[in-house]
Amino acid sequence: MSDVRVAGTGLTSFGNSPERTSRDLFAEATITAFEESGVPRDDVEAVLYGNFMGELSEHQGHQGPLMAEAAGVQAPATRYESACASSGTAVREAVKRIRTGENDVILVGGAERMTNLGTAGATEALAIAADDLWEVRAGVTFPGAYALMAQAYFDAYGGEHEDLAHIAVKNHENALSNEKAQYQRAIEVSDVLEAPPVSEPLGLYDACPISDGASALVLTSEAYAEDHDLEAPVAITGTGQGGDRMALHDREHLARSPAAREAGAEAYADAGVDAGDVDFAEVHDCFTIAEVLALEALDLEPIGEGISAARDGRTTADGEMPINLSGGLKAKGHPVGATGASQIAEVTELLAGHHPNSDHVADATTAVAHNAGGTVASATVHVLEVDR
Amino acid sequence: MSDSDPVADAGFDEWLAAAAEGDAYYLECANGHGSLPPRRVCPDCGSTDIAEADLSETGEIRTVTVTHVPTPAFEDDAPYATAVVDFGPVRLTGQVIGIDVADVETGLTVALEITTSETTGERVIGLRPV
Ligand SMILES: [Zn+2]
Repeated sequence: MSDVRVAGTGLTSFGNSPERTSRDLFAEATITAFEESGVPRDDVEAVLYGNFMGELSEHQGHQGPLMAEAAGVQAPATRYESACASSGTAVREAVKRIRTGENDVILVGGAERMTNLGTAGATEALAIAADDLWEVRAGVTFPGAYALMAQAYFDAYGGEHEDLAHIAVKNHENALSNEKAQYQRAIEVSDVLEAPPVSEPLGLYDACPISDGASALVLTSEAYAEDHDLEAPVAITGTGQGGDRMALHDREHLARSPAAREAGAEAYADAGVDAGDVDFAEVHDCFTIAEVLALEALDLEPIGEGISAARDGRTTADGEMPINLSGGLKAKGHPVGATGASQIAEVTELLAGHHPNSDHVADATTAVAHNAGGTVASATVHVLEVDR
Repeated sequence: MSDSDPVADAGFDEWLAAAAEGDAYYLECANGHGSLPPRRVCPDCGSTDIAEADLSETGEIRTVTVTHVPTPAFEDDAPYATAVVDFGPVRLTGQVIGIDVADVETGLTVALEITTSETTGERVIGLRPV
């Protein structure tokens, strides 16, 4: 099957810009992506756009055409909503369309405006990713749901808050050189352990921030990239998606993410690689515990052992399997609808040698991006490889 | 009906009312899978042969968290303990009541008891240790 080339990537800074509309954020990301790609806007055949809470934060539905317009593209546009996996899902759809030959050039990405809602409003908005009747009305918040998983993990396999703290410290460290990151600030284990509790055992420093931001990718077919002499050494070679029951209480094991396992297995098989071939990964660390569950679902750590990966240095920048060299959602920020495509952008830059942290993965050929929605009732995984 | 009248969620509100009367139930399909209403199709096997069955009076806490940063609907309730409780054929998520939140832990046996939110006065699934 033909690969899909990442011709250009664009990210806004992630962080606090409550007054900026998502159309403005997305436009900025697309300008960078088009400039980097050398692809003219006229060649774009479809716009696929991820967004989660636009109705709540901006009173704006029907964002597909709005975003095509903001990007200066005249092409059919569709919005994808799968909670925090919205733009991962959009990327997967773009990959499939290009592979089948339906389209040669697609603009894909996402945006989210969140900080204008304030902490309480954003907490309320994020909670709609859970089952409204059976979870939210019982007081489940988004951090609360991951706290339930963290406690279930501790009960099943052991581990403690200090193990999770090392994940936050690592991801903050990785973000120091990332100018687009929301937090370019080193933290210590004691900062995490002493932070105010959000939902025990998780505290403020176990949680990703509330962020505004956008991401954009120009994806092309192999043939288009060749015909137009594009400088596009990185390809998406595998895609996978998994699903699960909506409510956390309906998951057979409360500390595992079978949807991510399914997505990972599918993406590995699609790319013709296995977990042993993966050199580094960007995973969906909306909370510290989520990084642990992701590593185990992707077979990058055995079940029950992912908890010690950061603390023991296996997943640090100089470890055998660097995880979240961008800073992850934890430090880079998590503008929900932008996150999945932003992970692809970060992996592309890391593999291409254009990322401030590329030196840590100079010989890498294969990497993975893992994007999860809700308590992982939705998950997408993509494998990226670079021409060496 | 005026625009300001609250509209019920059919299936869910009846369940809350039944549970408040001590008549909680779950839905059981022809193949013995449990699920929660409103539901026409078994999510496990696709069976449309679904009937109400009595929910066990007690269940066991499978995992728990104490939430300090709530949504606005639970502003005055925080901190509160949320638990996932195994009732056998189904699990429920609810708030553990009648106990210091610091003492709630996995393995505790609890009974279903519909309570109300201190913030909104809305009914909430409560779980009281027995
Ligand atoms: Zn069934």
